Amino acid sequence: MRIGFQREIQYRTRAFLMLFGFMVEPIIYLAVWTSVAEAQGGQIAGLASGTLAAYYIVWTLVRVFNLAFAPDAWEWRIRRGRMNEFLSQPIHPFHRDFTMFAGGKFVFTLLWIPVAFFLTVLFDPVFEWAVINVVGFVLAIWGGFAVRFVMLYLLGMINFWTTRGSAVFGIFIASELILSGRLVPLELMPDWVESLAAWLPFKWTFQFPIDTLIGRLDPAEIVTGIGMQALWAVGVGVIFALVWKRAIRRYGAVGN
Amino acid sequence: MPHPVEAPVVVDGLTKTFKVPVREAGLGQSLRSLFNREFKNVEAVNEISFTLDPAEIVGFLGPNGAGKTTTIKMLTGLLYPTGGEARVLGYQPWRREKELLRRIALVMGQRNNLAWDLPAVDSFELNKAIYGVPTKEFEERKTAYIDVLDVGDIVTKPVRNLSLGERMKMEIVASLLHGPEVLFLDEPTIGLDVTMQRRLRQFILDYNADTGATVLLTSHYMADVSAMVSRVIIIDHGSILYDGPLSRLSERFSAHKMIRVEATDLPDDLARYGRVIERSPARVSIEVRRDEVSAVAGHLLEVATVTDLAIEETPLEDVIDRVFTGKDHDPTTS
Repeated sequence: MRIGFQREIQYRTRAFLMLFGFMVEPIIYLAVWTSVAEAQGGQIAGLASGTLAAYYIVWTLVRVFNLAFAPDAWEWRIRRGRMNEFLSQPIHPFHRDFTMFAGGKFVFTLLWIPVAFFLTVLFDPVFEWAVINVVGFVLAIWGGFAVRFVMLYLLGMINFWTTRGSAVFGIFIASELILSGRLVPLELMPDWVESLAAWLPFKWTFQFPIDTLIGRLDPAEIVTGIGMQALWAVGVGVIFALVWKRAIRRYGAVGN
Repeated sequence: MPHPVEAPVVVDGLTKTFKVPVREAGLGQSLRSLFNREFKNVEAVNEISFTLDPAEIVGFLGPNGAGKTTTIKMLTGLLYPTGGEARVLGYQPWRREKELLRRIALVMGQRNNLAWDLPAVDSFELNKAIYGVPTKEFEERKTAYIDVLDVGDIVTKPVRNLSLGERMKMEIVASLLHGPEVLFLDEPTIGLDVTMQRRLRQFILDYNADTGATVLLTSHYMADVSAMVSRVIIIDHGSILYDGPLSRLSERFSAHKMIRVEATDLPDDLARYGRVIERSPARVSIEVRRDEVSAVAGHLLEVATVTDLAIEETPLEDVIDRVFTGKDHDPTTS
């Protein structure tokens, strides 16, 4: 974890630019949806423009927080023979990657503070929080990272069967965009999308941590959400463990 | 009765077959392969067996694609074999048990295992945590290795700013900090200049002498082989062609020796003695059959005014080449 922290510190400008880049996406969403809300008398689907602003400001932190090891990076790792390094050490690659990414989150959080300040001045967000929301958010944002990390790690296993697994990652991102609350809060989507999202893991990685901090969830909903994150993380983790055993047998150890 | 020391590496009938897709060139074949993909089995390693003794340094030699790296990958748990058995420090390597991985090391030349953006010392710390090296041992080894390799001034530079030679030194240090008992070195000196090669060779020899670690080394540089190993295993097309002392390799695979003579009045018909490799007015090198060396040397001393005469084994590179090509093998030896 410390190496992950040090790596992001080493490249703090890159980290800051990355964070700055992530602002573009929510600013576009913000501009669109606050305009729509104002055109409809200040609210859209029960969400006031101030709440939407809070949603997308927290979105920026959740987005950088749930950055995880992407499946196409597995493709690179396998094709370039870099897996050898990870497999020859007495530590599971999952452990190494998870802690490495987790370490970087502390740097991103520090760099996020000025970004959040800038967006707050610009968009005048409205938060309605209590202590439970802040405490719940700290757990939920890590939970969201864990769920997304393990899902992408599982997806990365495809590369052990075919070294051209990027296409599947594209499908994942498209699904996530619609079903997680990343594009818009799920209340603004058709009912069937909202219903479908409840059965899938995506919303627990995006909208749930955001809603927790901006004060749209009561304590029972926060506890339930964290429970759902734990269920998804453990469930997908068990599947990953089973797939990993087969994947590693298939590993061709290409390259050096 | 003393308990016999178990061999750290035991390989018995180890086999690895890869299934690889094949198709002819051309668009038609490309389309055909969409519906009817053909595969070919490639036997990378074919029922090889050998044992490495404690503290032994063994050269594992062969041309590209011979099966060296595949064997090393199986012995370090990176690849599952198709058949056969292997034990490294008593463990089946492809089970990848942490206890085994903590006690071995794999170093591959020109392969960066260090955190690219950070100074090597940070990677050393990472390895300390991964391998669970006690702080005292870690600090002692780190200080000693940095001192011996004279890298004190570069361990704090980001790895991306190091030259290949400097990086390779860091790789070696990082690989040895946990004190591995078996060391697999896959072309560790590839791409390095002569001075750096010599320095790394000496470092590995010292490590072997100090710790009693067993080393399996692959290298295409015969300087590595002749300086470090006393025993070689030669593999080609997945099968072992020779396993024995380096000193007997020439005897077995080269039916010739080289006679180098410096003389003033050499006869013209030197070809009758053997193959003339090099000739100038005062100097000649002739490749002569092993059983005729004494007679030829004696005759040359009689007919010419010889100022210097040396009888040498065929260079190791040539011997190895002959092993692979099957040329010049003396059938009377085995």
